[in-house]
Amino acid sequence: MIDIIIGHYNYWVVIFLMMAGFYTVISQGNLIKKIAGLNIFQTSVFLLYISIGYVNEGTTPIIAEGYTKYANPLPHVLILTAIVVGVSTIALGLALIVRIKEAYGTIEEDEIHDQDMSL
Amino acid sequence: MKHNLILRFIAKFLFPVIALFAFYVQFHGDFGPGGGFQAGVILSVAFIFYALIFGLKTTEQVIPPQVLRVMASAGILIYAGTGVATMLMGGNFLDYNLLSQNPIAGQHLGILLIEVGVGITVYSVMLIIFFAFAEKGRP
Amino acid sequence: MVDTLIDISLLAFLAVTAIAIIKIRNLFVVIMLFGIFSLHSAGLFVVMDAADVAFTEAAVGAGISSILMLATLALTKDHEEKQPAHHARIPLLVVLITGAALVYGTYDIPSFGDPDSPAQQHVKPYYIEHSVEETGTANVVTAVLASYRGYDTLGEITVIFTAGIGVMLLIGGRLFRRSKNGDER
Repeated sequence: MIDIIIGHYNYWVVIFLMMAGFYTVISQGNLIKKIAGLNIFQTSVFLLYISIGYVNEGTTPIIAEGYTKYANPLPHVLILTAIVVGVSTIALGLALIVRIKEAYGTIEEDEIHDQDMSL
Repeated sequence: MKHNLILRFIAKFLFPVIALFAFYVQFHGDFGPGGGFQAGVILSVAFIFYALIFGLKTTEQVIPPQVLRVMASAGILIYAGTGVATMLMGGNFLDYNLLSQNPIAGQHLGILLIEVGVGITVYSVMLIIFFAFAEKGRP
Repeated sequence: MVDTLIDISLLAFLAVTAIAIIKIRNLFVVIMLFGIFSLHSAGLFVVMDAADVAFTEAAVGAGISSILMLATLALTKDHEEKQPAHHARIPLLVVLITGAALVYGTYDIPSFGDPDSPAQQHVKPYYIEHSVEETGTANVVTAVLASYRGYDTLGEITVIFTAGIGVMLLIGGRLFRRSKNGDER
């Protein structure tokens, strides 16, 4: 039982962070908070992937003399691409928020919905 | 903020240090952590820091947005151009072994070229996005 | 042992910061906490032996993302979030059910740090043994990113170029108009 906890506590905390970000996206009304929650969700998914590639008593995957065990370089490559795609999404989302403020005058989701319904 | 002497001095002192660190990270991506993305982001952070202290108009005289627009496209062209060049030499797309007599030297040259392309594009796009947000706020 | 302690304390900081971002209503504080979250996760990446990823996450998350969110906050002039009109019971239920399903699925994942897990077989030994003799670079992540999987990196910078064009189309209208009117001094 205790070695199940030691082997898996990392994944459980990462799942808690994912659910915190998910809850922020679907339940908070302010648009900027939604974008912050989306970014928390993305970052915790990156943590999950890097945890899968970790090796006990290994080192960074840079080949050097005297080291035999290395961490897995493939998740690192995937997550590098994913981080850059994430910042592109965030930048576009924030630009859309600025335009929504110009068009509707507010960035609270309830008021935008009411304005749409009353047209 | 440019009337504050301490901030002005620190900005003028730190800007070349940050830019030098960005170039170090760019060209040492083969031997340590680093590469094109990190270098592009760090160099753009140096220019954003300068713009926060000295104002947007001064920074746009240092690097005009038209130059940024050309640089963003030039980075991708360098990357795709390397691939097309290897195709014209008879191999596959992005096959670096054909770029030089020695295959290992060809790989080094290919990786260097595409990392430079990635660095230029990432730097220009980050600075374009920042300028777009900042120009909107100016009355 | 020290590694495990650093791991546990960084994860605890991350959890507390995530809860604080949900609860606090002042948007400026939320953006600052978001920058702190990014920096702590970069520290966690270093502890888990991912140097390139930590570099990129610290520069991009705590640098560019925070600056852009502060700029959006200044442009929309909205500093306090409003009081929610209804309690969020259904989203909480959905989140709890999804979290429970995911935790039930982690019992099949191999232990954290196991060197014999299936993720460490097949392709990883090939890259680590043949990277230096085929590409001449000691950094395996750069070799895989630029040489073995160079096509994906071309797609990635196309994505970021497209994001730049998108932002220019949405809010960059004044960026290129000055050249027609001459310099304004």
